[in-house]
Amino acid sequence: MRKLVFIIFFLNFFCSITWAAKTFVYCSEASPKIFNPQLATDGPTFNASSRTVYNRLVDFKSGGTEIVPSLAESWSVNKLGTIFTFHLRRDVKFQTTDFFKPTRSLNADDVLFSFDRMRLKDHPYHKVNGGLYQYFDGMDMGSLIKNISKTDDYTVVFELAHPEAPFLANLAMDFSSILSKEYGDVLLKKGTPDKIDFEPVGTGPFIFKKYVKDNLIRYSSNKNYFMGPAQIENLIFAITPDASVRFQKLKAGECHFIAEPSPADVPKIEKDGKFIVTKAPGLNIGYLAFNTKKKPLDNLLVRKAIHLALNRDAYIQAIYLGNAKKAKNPIPPTMWSYNDQIKDYEYNPTKAKELLAQAGFKKGFETEIWTLPVSRPYNPNGKRMGEMMQEDLAKVGVKVKLVTYKWAEYLNKAANGEHALLQLGWTGDNGDPDNFLNTLLGCDGIAKGSNYAQWCDKDFQNHIKKAKMTADIELREKHYKMAQEIFKANVPWVTIAHATVFKAMDKKVKGYKASPFGYESFYEVNLEK
Amino acid sequence: MKKFFLRLNQNKGAIFGLYVLIVFVLVSLFAPLLAPYDPNTIFDNQFNLPPIWSGGEVTHFLGTDDIGRDVLSRLIFGTRISLMVGFLVVTLSLLVGVSLGLLAGYFGGWVDQIIMRGVDILMALPSILLAIVIVAILGPSLENGIIAVSIVYLPNYIRVVRGATMSEMKKPYVDASKCFGASHWRQILINILPNCMAPIIVLASLGFSEGILNVAALGFLGLGAQPPTPEWGVMLADAKAFIETSPWLVNLPGLCILIVVLSFNLMGDGLRDALDPKLKGR
Amino acid sequence: MIKILRYRLFAILPTLLGVSIIAFALIRLAPGDPVMLMLGERGATPEVYQKMQASLGLDQPVLLQYFKYLGQLFTGNFGTSITSQRPVFEEFMDRFPATMELGIVGMLFAILFGVPMGIISAAKRKTPLDYTLMGGALLGYSMPIFWWALVLIMFFSVQLGWTPVSGRISVMYEIDQVTGFLLIDSLLSEESWPAFKSALHHLILPAFVLGTIPLAVIARMTRSSLLEVLREDYIRTARAKGLTEQRVIVLHGLKNALIPIVTVIGLMLGAVLTGAILTETIFSWPGIGRWFVSSVEARDYPVIQGGIILIALTVMIVNLLVDLIYLWVNPLLREES
Repeated sequence: MRKLVFIIFFLNFFCSITWAAKTFVYCSEASPKIFNPQLATDGPTFNASSRTVYNRLVDFKSGGTEIVPSLAESWSVNKLGTIFTFHLRRDVKFQTTDFFKPTRSLNADDVLFSFDRMRLKDHPYHKVNGGLYQYFDGMDMGSLIKNISKTDDYTVVFELAHPEAPFLANLAMDFSSILSKEYGDVLLKKGTPDKIDFEPVGTGPFIFKKYVKDNLIRYSSNKNYFMGPAQIENLIFAITPDASVRFQKLKAGECHFIAEPSPADVPKIEKDGKFIVTKAPGLNIGYLAFNTKKKPLDNLLVRKAIHLALNRDAYIQAIYLGNAKKAKNPIPPTMWSYNDQIKDYEYNPTKAKELLAQAGFKKGFETEIWTLPVSRPYNPNGKRMGEMMQEDLAKVGVKVKLVTYKWAEYLNKAANGEHALLQLGWTGDNGDPDNFLNTLLGCDGIAKGSNYAQWCDKDFQNHIKKAKMTADIELREKHYKMAQEIFKANVPWVTIAHATVFKAMDKKVKGYKASPFGYESFYEVNLEK
Repeated sequence: MKKFFLRLNQNKGAIFGLYVLIVFVLVSLFAPLLAPYDPNTIFDNQFNLPPIWSGGEVTHFLGTDDIGRDVLSRLIFGTRISLMVGFLVVTLSLLVGVSLGLLAGYFGGWVDQIIMRGVDILMALPSILLAIVIVAILGPSLENGIIAVSIVYLPNYIRVVRGATMSEMKKPYVDASKCFGASHWRQILINILPNCMAPIIVLASLGFSEGILNVAALGFLGLGAQPPTPEWGVMLADAKAFIETSPWLVNLPGLCILIVVLSFNLMGDGLRDALDPKLKGR
Repeated sequence: MIKILRYRLFAILPTLLGVSIIAFALIRLAPGDPVMLMLGERGATPEVYQKMQASLGLDQPVLLQYFKYLGQLFTGNFGTSITSQRPVFEEFMDRFPATMELGIVGMLFAILFGVPMGIISAAKRKTPLDYTLMGGALLGYSMPIFWWALVLIMFFSVQLGWTPVSGRISVMYEIDQVTGFLLIDSLLSEESWPAFKSALHHLILPAFVLGTIPLAVIARMTRSSLLEVLREDYIRTARAKGLTEQRVIVLHGLKNALIPIVTVIGLMLGAVLTGAILTETIFSWPGIGRWFVSSVEARDYPVIQGGIILIALTVMIVNLLVDLIYLWVNPLLREES
């Protein structure tokens, strides 16, 4: 026994402080779907891929909405606004990982590779891992981009079919991340192209090291990062779906930063004094989409009735604990072109019943609500909100079954239009109203799986199309305001709330800047001793 | 029979369990009368009210949950569900299990072989796991949860009844009545079954508690009862997020499950001692 | 006993075959087209559909499918997970040690506390101490462990801050997998002692939760079998010889009461696996239970299929080991055969 104690003591003595490296732990809310932002639409995937491993040609200024150079050090546009020429930074090294050693730096081929994969149906990578590019397709990038070509190794030219106001901002979005062509070629040769989306190689500040499914993701700092290495050495995403557990872990010092603190815990976190809580009105919308192609939800009266039957004030009190603003438009009030003239459908079960009777559903009907399986700022507790909706609708005779799936499956099935009523939400990702109105409600979004209401209205489409093709802000604003009116009259969604966004972190965390778009980037973060 | 009740009466634990259970049964029978509100009614602006002893209001004696439903009413209706679940699990597994056990023990041979192979397979899969798999096929719902848990509990009955049947079969009176030309049915139902009753009763009373526990566990994992059903396991799981701010939402359903299961186990212990005096004192 | 052992050994194969049929039937019994279920309606272009169908082997006659599946199983191919694109067997092996570690420590805890509890109860039978201990055991036996776990987390992790909330080891440590048992691997790693402490720290609460029901059962069994033995004649003789009660119980009683205790410990191993599913889910313990539950939620059919077979195999092997131990502690049975 004494010997054992001695040995242990011995070991202890020699091997105690070997890991002084700075390790930053982020307790995230959900597992990433995949490690490629091209194939995703959800925050957890973006945070784990595009904001760590990858870069884009241009980026948003950290903590802001302004567009700044990234992989492209400069760019120019022709007068018509249809030809964009990007000049790439020289000597941007791709990451050297355990599974891939790059032999060359970033060049125009990588840019072509990344966009061609999404754009060209016959690209060898187009169909890999499902081949569903919801953002790229949903935003109609495929028909917008007529051609991409390189004039030399460091110059890429995008030719557009027509001028598009938000184009540059689109290139700063997650799905426009640049992958390595060399890596793609190597994998193709090995016969394992699938790996490209599970073992990512990019140019970003953090190198992907390991993913333990549903448990954690490890990154290490990219020492060769072209903007200089990050302040922290190791970055860990500890996947913790339960909001209360995340808070408990923060308190126990097991994580430095937590995703989506539950509104219920926020007052406690603030009171503790050891943590920093930031609050800001979010650039988001939580909504309940009607599948307007399914009976009886194709009936406008039925949709209106359901909108009237839902007591959203109660949801805001119970689910958001008051930390949200009741929504009447699909875009948040902090965004330009918000139409404040619009009249909302206020809670009125009696009128809802009348409308249902008028629509021929005097006795009500049965339907399904799909409840959000993850906690997002725009809807912190989908299941509970579902139960409240269920009860509200029961009062007007609509019998609701609550259904849910795991996050990835939920999105896939909803993109396919298998739902009846669907809880979802959106956090803006380039600050343009087009990013809400066109992506979520445009006709093209139906085929592409981002328009969950499956709603296509000619007038609406006309307005958002015209708004997109001009750079005249006043004209654009007029069109968007009209579009919001058409939206409200047709009720493809029940607009629920614009939530306040909370961030909670340890006091040791320095240099964190919250993005208005809701993603997390830890490149500039530091840990104080 | 008299002796049996006498012995049962001496067991204070069993009697206590019995009384508690009677209370729960009464509560579940008269749930609509006892519950102050409908279990699914949402009270606006009365979210997360604490119970009366930590500063709540008289109108919601045990407080309200995070979306403003009366906790007391939900617990009362939850009693109904849990007892029903226990009852159905026991009935289902008892009927099927005892039948299969009798068949295996009585006929022996290949019938026995097939049934016992099936038992081996069921036994190779840990109980909840098997239930989860069955629910995965049938889809999550309270009914499917009950079916799944009943299947899980089958091997216990089959093995016990089969064993008892086999030892009964060796006794002379069975042979004798066979000589008199008793049919298989008569043999099984009149001669053998009544003599296997003791272990069956003990198993059934323990089956109640297992059934309630397992269905609650399925509910906790989100694979059992679906909202808005006020099932205890589901209530507990849903309140996990509020465990720090509103601990009663987690603890009250937890306590309810514990008390009911404990009562059934006390009863089961008492019954076993009363039916099998040899085991007394164990 | 050897006979029983031989029977058990030979029963593994047909049972496993039966389990494989269940696992195989599973994907086909689920309502709806499994390929569609996995792909979703629109994600399924005819090409993708066919590729998926072929990869699951669903484009052939059912019987042929089954034999092919069986053939794959024999070569150790348990399929590939849809969500992670990794072989099911690999995923299983990654997680298996975590469950084993939790199970072994939980069981050790149950034995270490359960047996003495039973002994004390039996020695002090019909005293308040006996009633308290047995009352506690009955309470533990009736405990819904998912609630118990939450209560303990609230008290020990949140209120007192003594134990971590969840996980297997602090994420700060990156331990290379050698044995898969973190308690051992951590000592072998560079960080050694602090990593070991962290692993142990994470293990305490889940192991306690997992061990609660076995502990209760073992305590009850120890008490009752000891009481039975103490009524035997030779114990009376021993007492008459003037041995102290302590010696009687420890020397003569316990030795003979060991067999039923070992039996019940063996029976409890199944309960440990069941408990592991709930415990792992609550403590985010990266073991088989959590893996399986989350695969069911994600409808990862290859994992569910392969997982059932692998878990069943584990249970059977564990049972066989228990029988061996049984044989070892019970010399009477050894001589018999």
